[in-house]
Amino acid sequence: MIEIENLTKKYKKITALTRLTLHIKAGEFFGYLGPNGAGKTTTVKILTSLAKPSSGTARIGGCDIIATPLEAKKLTGVVPQAINLDMELSARENLMIHGLLYGMSRSVIKEQTEKWLDFVGLLPHARRAVRAFSGGMKRRLMIARALLHTPAVLFMDEPTVGLDASGRRNLWGLLKRINKEGATIFLTTHYIEEAETLCDRVGILDQGALIALDKPTALIAAAGKVVVDVYGDTGLQSHFFQDRRAAGTFAASRRETATLRDANLEDVFVKLTGRRVTA
Amino acid sequence: MRGFLGIFSREIMIIRKRFFKMLISFSVTPLLYLIAFGWGLGHKMTVEGVPYISFLLPGLIAMSSMSRSFAISSEINIARFYWHIFEEFQAAPVSNLAIASGEVLGGILRGFFASFIIIILAFLFHVKIHLNVFLFLAILGNTFTFSSLAIITSMLVRSHADQSMLNNFIITPMAFLCGTVFSLKALPGWAAGFIQLLPLSPATKAIRASALGHPMPWIATGSVFACGIVFFILGIVAIRGARE
Repeated sequence: MIEIENLTKKYKKITALTRLTLHIKAGEFFGYLGPNGAGKTTTVKILTSLAKPSSGTARIGGCDIIATPLEAKKLTGVVPQAINLDMELSARENLMIHGLLYGMSRSVIKEQTEKWLDFVGLLPHARRAVRAFSGGMKRRLMIARALLHTPAVLFMDEPTVGLDASGRRNLWGLLKRINKEGATIFLTTHYIEEAETLCDRVGILDQGALIALDKPTALIAAAGKVVVDVYGDTGLQSHFFQDRRAAGTFAASRRETATLRDANLEDVFVKLTGRRVTA
Repeated sequence: MRGFLGIFSREIMIIRKRFFKMLISFSVTPLLYLIAFGWGLGHKMTVEGVPYISFLLPGLIAMSSMSRSFAISSEINIARFYWHIFEEFQAAPVSNLAIASGEVLGGILRGFFASFIIIILAFLFHVKIHLNVFLFLAILGNTFTFSSLAIITSMLVRSHADQSMLNNFIITPMAFLCGTVFSLKALPGWAAGFIQLLPLSPATKAIRASALGHPMPWIATGSVFACGIVFFILGIVAIRGARE
C-alpha cells in the first residue's frame, strides 16, 4: 500500500530524512517511532504531499506522490499533530467543508458525517461549535474528518499528544476498530506503550535514519527479553538478557541496586541509540 | 477546480456566523467619514463639479471594498499560522488554482458586502448614487484585484506582525491617497502621476464615474482587471511556493 524508496529530505544544512526505504502492506497498523526531531513528521508531510522530498520516490496505492499528488491525496486521510479544526464552525460544518474539498456530493457527505460522527461518539455534539469541545473530542473529530472520504491509508501524526490517560486509551480503541475495518494506518508516536499496544510492525527512526524495523515482539526478542536496570554512580544502566535466570544471576552479583523486568520497545530504542525516545 | 466549493463554502459559513459583527464593523468607518466629511463639509463645497458628499461616497466604496477584500490576507494568515486550517486545504486533493479561486471569491464577497453597506448609507444620507451594471463591474474589478493581492501577501509573510506592517505601509496609504477622499487634480503633477500607477486609483476613477452616472472610463476599468489577473496568477504561484 505504501512503498517508499530512498526518500531523503534536506532543509538547507540539515538532513531531516536519510535514504528511507519502507514498504507497508494494505491493512497493516504501522508504528513509526522516534524522539522529537527524528524525522517522523517530515516523513508524514512528504507522504501526504505537504512537503517535497529532496530525492527518492514514494507511492501510495500505486500512485506516485510526486508525479500525481492529487491522485495520491484522494487515497489518504491525515490527522496532523496540531489541531487544525475550524473553531468557529460546528462539527458537522467542519466535516462538510472537508467533504467538499474531496469532491464529495452534499448528500454523500451528510450520510458519511452521520456515520463517522456516530463512530467517534460525537453525533450528539454535531451542531456544537468546535471551540467548546475538549481536547479528546477535537482529536476524535479530526479522526472522523480524516475518515469521511473513506481513505485507504490513514496517516496519524502523534494523535494522542496532549490527551490524558483515559482519553488516550479511548482513542486507541477507536484506532483498533478503524484498522479492523480494513484501513491501513501509519501512526507516528513517541509513546512506546502506544506502539506496542496497537501496531503490527514498528519502524524506529533516529536522526532521520530508520534503525530498526520489525514486529514489536521480534524487536524486543532481538534486544533481549529481560532487562536488569542497575542504578550506579554513573546513573542508570540497562543490561539485556534472553532469559530470566541469567538476568537474575547478573542482578544478584551486583553491589548496586538492580531491578529485573521485562523488556519493552523503549529498551530496544535505548539499546540501539543510547538515548530515551522522549529525550 | 475540484475542492473550490469547499474553500468558498467555508467563507460563506464564516460570513454567516459573523454577519452582524461584520455588518457593524463594516459600517463604522464609512459612517464616521460620512458624518465628519459628508455632513460637515459635504454640502458647503464642491469637488470636480459635484457636492463633496457625492464625490466622497464612491471613494468610500472604493476604499472600503479594497480594504475588506484585502482583509482575507489576515484571515488566511490566522488560518495558516494560528489555526493551521490552511494545512487541511493543502493536504486535500485541491489544486492551487482552486484554493486561489475559493479565497478570492470569498474576498470579492466581503468587498461587495462592504460596498452594499455604503450604498445603503448613501440612501440614508440622501446622497444620489447611480446603481448600474458598470458600478458593480468596477467594484468587481477592485475586489478581484485586492483579493488576489491578499493571496500573494498572505503566502509571502511569515507572521502576523509582517501582515500588519504590509497593511500599514501599503494598504493604508493607498486607501487615503488614491483619489478616494480628495481629487488627484489637487496634487502636483509628479505626485498625481505616481499615485495613478497604484491599482486603487483607476478603480476609484471607475467606481466614481459609474456612481455619478458619468461615462465609464474603460481604460481605467480594463487596467484594474489586468492588474487583478496578474495578481491572481502570482497568487497561484505564491500558493505553490508556500506548500514547501
